[in-house]
Parts: sequence; structure tokens; C-alpha cells
Amino acid sequence: MVRTAGPECAALRCSTRRRSKDQRSPRYATTCMVESPLIEPPVLERVLRVALARGGDMAEVFAEDRQSSSALLDDRRIEELASGRERGAGIRVVVGETTGFAHTADLSEPGLLAAAEAAASVAREGGGGVRTVALSPRRSRPARQFRLPSTVAKAEKLELLARADDAARSSGGAITQVQVGYADSFRRILIASSDGVLAEDEQVRTRLGVSCVANGDTGMQTGYETLARTEGFEVFDRVDVEELARVAARRALTKLAARPAPTGELPVVLAHGSGGILFHEACGHGLEADHIVKDASVYVGQIGKQVASPLVTLVDDGTVTGEWGNFAVDDEGHPASRNVLIDHGVLTDYLWDWLRARKEGRRSSGNGRRQSYQHLPMVRMTNTFLLAGEDDPEEIIAQTPRGVYVAKLGGGQVNTTTGDFVFGTSEAYLIEDGRVTEPLRDANLIGNGPEILRRIDALGTDFEMTPGTCGKDGQSVPVGCGQATLRLTGITIGGTSG
Amino acid sequence: MSDLLELAEAVASRARPGEEVEAYVARGHETEIRVFEGEIESLSSATTSGIGIRVLVGGDGAGSRLGFAWAGSLDPDVVSATLEEARDNAAFATPDPEVDFARFDGVAPVALDLWDPELTDTPTDRKVSMALELERRVRAGDRRIRQVASADYGDDRVEVALASSVGLRAEMCRTSAVVSVSAIAGEGPDSQTGTGFSAARGPGGLDLDAAVNDALTRSTRLLGAVKPRSGRVTVVFDPRVTSSLLAIVASALSGEAVVKGRSFFAERLGEVVATPEVTLVDDPTDRRALSAATHDAEGLACRRNVLIEGGRLRGFVYDTVSANRAGTTSTGSAVRGGYAGTPGAGCRAVVLNPGELDGDGVLAAVGEGLYVQSVSGLHSGVSPVSGDFSVGAEGLMIRGGALAEPVREMTIASTLQRMLQSVVCVGGDLEWLPGIAAGQTLAVGDMQLSGR
Repeated sequence: MVRTAGPECAALRCSTRRRSKDQRSPRYATTCMVESPLIEPPVLERVLRVALARGGDMAEVFAEDRQSSSALLDDRRIEELASGRERGAGIRVVVGETTGFAHTADLSEPGLLAAAEAAASVAREGGGGVRTVALSPRRSRPARQFRLPSTVAKAEKLELLARADDAARSSGGAITQVQVGYADSFRRILIASSDGVLAEDEQVRTRLGVSCVANGDTGMQTGYETLARTEGFEVFDRVDVEELARVAARRALTKLAARPAPTGELPVVLAHGSGGILFHEACGHGLEADHIVKDASVYVGQIGKQVASPLVTLVDDGTVTGEWGNFAVDDEGHPASRNVLIDHGVLTDYLWDWLRARKEGRRSSGNGRRQSYQHLPMVRMTNTFLLAGEDDPEEIIAQTPRGVYVAKLGGGQVNTTTGDFVFGTSEAYLIEDGRVTEPLRDANLIGNGPEILRRIDALGTDFEMTPGTCGKDGQSVPVGCGQATLRLTGITIGGTSG
Repeated sequence: MSDLLELAEAVASRARPGEEVEAYVARGHETEIRVFEGEIESLSSATTSGIGIRVLVGGDGAGSRLGFAWAGSLDPDVVSATLEEARDNAAFATPDPEVDFARFDGVAPVALDLWDPELTDTPTDRKVSMALELERRVRAGDRRIRQVASADYGDDRVEVALASSVGLRAEMCRTSAVVSVSAIAGEGPDSQTGTGFSAARGPGGLDLDAAVNDALTRSTRLLGAVKPRSGRVTVVFDPRVTSSLLAIVASALSGEAVVKGRSFFAERLGEVVATPEVTLVDDPTDRRALSAATHDAEGLACRRNVLIEGGRLRGFVYDTVSANRAGTTSTGSAVRGGYAGTPGAGCRAVVLNPGELDGDGVLAAVGEGLYVQSVSGLHSGVSPVSGDFSVGAEGLMIRGGALAEPVREMTIASTLQRMLQSVVCVGGDLEWLPGIAAGQTLAVGDMQLSGR
């Protein structure tokens, strides 16, 4: 329950580096959309009526049914194959500035009514009277074609793990340990509110990660690489898991020869796809409206102002098909959308959920998300990325006499109030005389968001997205980050070499 | 016998010939209250329950196969389907002679009362007013407080039962309550943040004064912080930071990490790994620890395990499988992340043997250095495998044995190995914090500060 000072984003450990193995386009059955809704509309209407019986401005039912499976190969063994099932509903009642919330795993009408009454307990005035709620489906999800992981034989999933393990171990004798983790989830959600919203979505996510340990004279080093996509098992028709495993192994092996990272301020070149987490931390969290309305962000009052280098055009876009932060409707029933946050360095907008948008008399930007039915929604990023620039990535390095080249980033963390943020490297090198030279041991970099955004002086053409897990106030959600190769004129590097 | 244990036993009794079944059943009640500007911002209350089932399919000489499935429901049909799914999953695991369920080892659990009935007796209104009081007092506590971003009250009660067809059964219940408040202090264009909290088994044990003072002190004393010059420094860690560091050190002392070659402590048993000041013990049977427990996640009795004694590496913590792999026995240290997780080896209540000096005494003894109030990027810059350590930090310089000017936007770096060998002082100001490690002031020499 102790919360970190700021949102903390774990392990943006993923890259969608792809190698097309097969050009044929496989056909998969369209998922069956005739399944009955998680809760029937007449029941929803009655539950919403009870939720508002004591008064209140808005009531909402969020129902979820999530099936997941995972497999772990560790120490050369299939250690664990796990399956999980979770279904339930969260009900919230908003009365003025107050939100009441209750959740239940019981989706029967009595179960839902009990939760509705618990959520309504914050409405004390009573006299809400009888309010009729009429639901009309505002949108239905377009049918997508994906290969549902639950239809894939377990043996086929395990075969992927074994191939990745073999590939990593064959990368070099110094690789002493390999862990390959696979996970998939199929999440059906339904949102109904007294505003008349009735929306459904189906979200399929698939993930595979390889983590290696290499052992050498200077001790052990680790390397990892992860693939994570909002799509089904067909992703493995395109992605070469062996190559992914070799990337993880190479990272660990490279660091065996690494020297300690430098200290002090140096120019830093961030490779395309190195993580994009710079923007997630340096400004993304600070642009979330919940921080803004509480005056807890350095970006309060900055709309229309130059907050970043003119090279920076930052977009948050939940509609990018297949990316890790992709969905059709958010967890409040609003359609995902593309929102330009910073346009050529000028701050144009914040990110909004229903609650904070209502306060400002505007519409949600489709950024209301929650970890599960057991959580209240809050303002979250989706896929956040910097549009590509015009510089040749090779030239950016060549024109950096001395600095650090970051090929891969780990996680990061920010204090939105002060703007101070860190992000860690998981593969980095020195730049000497315009050339990438010696590998460096992992270190955190630290900067202040508004200052660092002004220090971007070169931006490449080579855009790439990477997936990650974003944690905020105890809730984790999948997000995407993206950027092209770019250079910061200076940022503090937390190494040990003086 | 509770209904949960009854259910766990009923599931375990469905083991077929040639297989063993273990059921872990949990139920939690949770209340969370957040207030803002004198109003309830959100009030959540809920009950969750679920089951995790492991099935062990007997070996044919090559070993046993383990399958797992879980569900967030105790509905009989769902439980049956979960058991079937776990069975099916077992068929795909690699046969392994070292995979097994825990067997009773003759160690009786220590009796601990971890349940505060006051928690259920306290009306919600009273809990709300605690959060409101916290916010009001922080806002009024110092003219420089610009905002209270959140003031929270939260509590939960958890009941767990475990039964296996090899004869283990265990039941445990505990309560916990916490208040926390996040303050923003401002002066001119400068803003700084500080969080205060208090945690206890029940609302009666919460110390609002401490939470208020912490939030005020921590946010206001950082006002005017600047980026310091780079250099080698002695670092004094605030008790809360020490707790986070010890949690990472503890993860490297997990027997599972050790047997799999993922710990920098591997193959160093018996060696000197730290200065003589360092004695580190994992003792979940210490009733003062908020994470105290009678049983581990496989149903064995929790016990006191000495990890480092006078600087010498004495032992690791094991669950059943990692102990089998290491050729030893479980130390009663299986942990799991609720019903949706499987057991692994881990510490629960790590504490450094306290020294003589209180926090101020440690500052005085150190003389010159850096006091670190909070760190960031622990997950991205610290590795329990390599030991590499690099984190963002904010705090105050130490001059003449006392706190001096505030500093921010810097990193401190070393390796965990070198830090343990550079501990100059362990404070006697032991604080029991939520999480797996206690807090106390800790001074570590020769760290690299990176700033200007």
C-alpha cells in the first residue's frame, strides 16, 4: 500500500523487432461475436437504477471476463504451465466530487445489485428518486481476425519456448542461464453507464520474453528482450523467437566486457526503439489530467507554450492496431483516439478520462483505463510516441564527438510535481570521436522533464515502437512507447567512473 | 475449521491415484478511502476471493510434473474446472525429480495474533474522518504547503487456507491498516513533494502525528534543492530507503535465485560479504513485523533464518523445490503473490541487527556526506544478479555532522557487493514498515554521486 512518489514504469523491456519468416498471409477464423453479453441490457438498466436510487450524477457498470495462460521455461525445464480465469464487475457511483466504488465476482443480478448498493453508499442525501436508465449500444467492436491463444495447443506454445531457449544457449558458452516466459490473455469487457453508454470490447494480448544471464571474469550480467502485441498467436508467424532470444543473449554477453558508465552530464544518443520511455516519463505522466487538476504537475498552465524543442511532436494514440497499448474502447466505454499532446514543441493538450474531463466541461480523450474490474479507472497513456524527424541516424552518431549511445532502455520513474525523472539503460555504449565504441554497465540517467525536452537537437527518420508495462497508483496497464533515434545535448549519467 | 480450509481440504481430497493436489484458498476484504479538499474523492470497498490449485503427477522414475491453474472465484463449478485445468497443464511440464509439495517437517508454527478485531468494528465514517484529519493537518501544518495531492486511508483483512493431499494444512488470517498523505510544498516557482504514512495491524495503531510530520518535513526541507557536484561520498540512507535496499539484497538471498545462478551471493556461503556491522536476519515470527506470518506459502511453519552474521554469509532462504535442488531442506520461506501465483523462495521480514546510534547519531558519526531521503529507478538501475547499483536520489548534504542544504536531480551508484563491504554504521532506529524489510538509518561509504 505504500506508493512510490511518482508513477513508476516497470521494464519497458520489449521490442517488436521482426523478421518476416513467411510471406503468405494466414487466414484465421473471425472470432465468434455471437457470444451473449457479459450482462444482459435489462439487468444493466435495473442495476444502474439501484446505483442511482440514493442520488448521484452518474453510475457505471464495468464487467470483465479475462482468461489467461502462461508458461515458464527456466533452468532448461518447463517449470510451469498456468491457466487463470477472472470475471466480475466494478460499479461506480459519482456524486459531485465523490466516487463510490464496489466490485464483485458475482455477475448474477443479486450480486450486481448488492455491489450497486455498496457503491451508492457515498450518496448520503437520498432523494435521488427513481431514474430511468435507457441503454443504447453506441458502438460495437469491428470484427478482427486473430488466432485466439486458447485455441492453440499447449504443446505448440511450449515448442516456442524450447526454440528460444536453444537459440539463447547456442549464442555463447558464457550464457549460463536462460528464462523464457510466455503469456497470453483474452479480455472481454462491457461498460454501461447512466449516460447511456453501452460498449463492449475484446482484447487479445500475447507476450514472450527471454532473459539471459552471462557469466565471465567480472561477474554476471543480464540481457533481455520481449515481444508483446495486442494480437493473437498469429504474431509468431511473423516474429522469429530465436532471433529475439539471440538479441537477449547478445546483450548479456556484450556487457561482460562492459566498463562502468561515466558520471556527470554528457550528450546522449537514444537509438530508435531503445524504449521511447524518455517521453513517457519526461512528460507523458505530467500531462495526465488527474495530476493537472490537482496542480501536481510541472505542465500546469503550459498549454499553448513552447515546452519542448521544435523537433518534438508527441502523440498518444490508442488506435494503433496491434501495439501493446491498443484497444477499441477504453475502460469507460469511450473510443480510443489519437491525441496530439505536443505539436512542434508547443503543448496542445493533456490526457483525459471521464471524471477529469467532466470537471473541465469537455470530452474524454479515451484515456480512462484500469487494471481490472477491481480497480477504479484513471487517466493513463496508451501508445505514446514522438513522430519521426529528418536526420540520418548514422549522422547523429557521427556528429557526436563524445557521449553515450543507448541501444536499449529498461524502466523509468517520474515525480510529476517536480518533473525530475530517471530511466535506466540495459544496453549502452560510449561514443568517442563520432563512433560507437566500448559497452557500458547498466545505469540510470536523471533529468528534469521540461529541461530535457528542450535539449533534443537531432531527430532521426527511423521510428520504432516498443511495448512496456506502466504502473501508477498500484495499477498496471500495457502501454506502447515510440521514437526515432534522437540526441540530447546533455543529461546526467549515473555511472561510477569518475 | 474455517470454510476456506474446508474447501481447500475438499479439493485436496480429490487427488486421483498417482497424483497429489494442493489447494490455496484466499479471501480478502478491502476498504480504500481517498480524500481531497475536505471531501471524499473515492471510497471503495470490496471482497475478493480465489483459489490456486497445483497438481503433481507422479513420476515414472524421471520425476514429477507440476501443473497450475487459478480462478478469482470459489464457485464449485469454477473450482472443478480449475482443478481439471491444473491437471491438464501438468501433462506438459518437464518431469523433474526435485519437484514436490512440502511435507510436514516437525517444526510447529509460532503462535502469532495478526488479527485486529478493531478493524472490522470501526465504522467507515471513522476511517473517512482519519483521512480528512490527515489532509487538514498537513494543509495547516506549514504555510509553504501548496497542495495535498492525496490523503488516503486503507485497510484489509486477509484469510488464507492451504491443504494438500500429502497431509499439510494451514490457516492464517491477518489485518492491516495504513494512512498515507502526499504533500506538495512550494516557495516561488519551486515545488517539492513529501509523503508521510503510518501502518499498523488496525486503525488504533496508526500514528497520524508521525504521518503528518513526515509529510511536512520531507516536502519542506527539500525546497530550494539544487543539483550537487559529482564526487565520492558517504551516503546515509533514510530508514525507508534502507528498507527498499534490503528488499533487493534479500531477493539475492533467495535460494531459488542462488541455485539457478541468478544471485551475486551464489557460491559465497561462509565468506565475508559485508562489514562486521552487518547481521541480517529474516524472521517472520517476530510479531512486530507487519509482514509477520505463522506459515509459509506451502504450509510449513515460518522460522527465523540468519542470512548474514557479522559480515559473513550464513545462509539462504528456501522453499521445497529450491531446497531439493540445493540438496538441503526448506527453511519455511515459500512466498507467493496470492492465489494467482505459485510458490517461490523469498524473505518475509528482513531486519539488520540494530546498532547503538539513532538517526542523528549516525549523521554526527558520518560528519560529511549525503543524506538520501528518497530514491527512484530501483527497478531500472539495480540488479540482484550483477549487483550493479545506480539510482536517482534526492536529499540533503551532511555537513559538520548535521543535515545541511537540500539537493536533487542526482544519481548515486556503486555495486551491492561493494556497498555491503562499505557499511560504516547501522542505526538503532528500527522502524517496522510495510513490505518485506524493516527500516533503519544506514551509512554506506564510498559511493559515486553524479550531478553537475
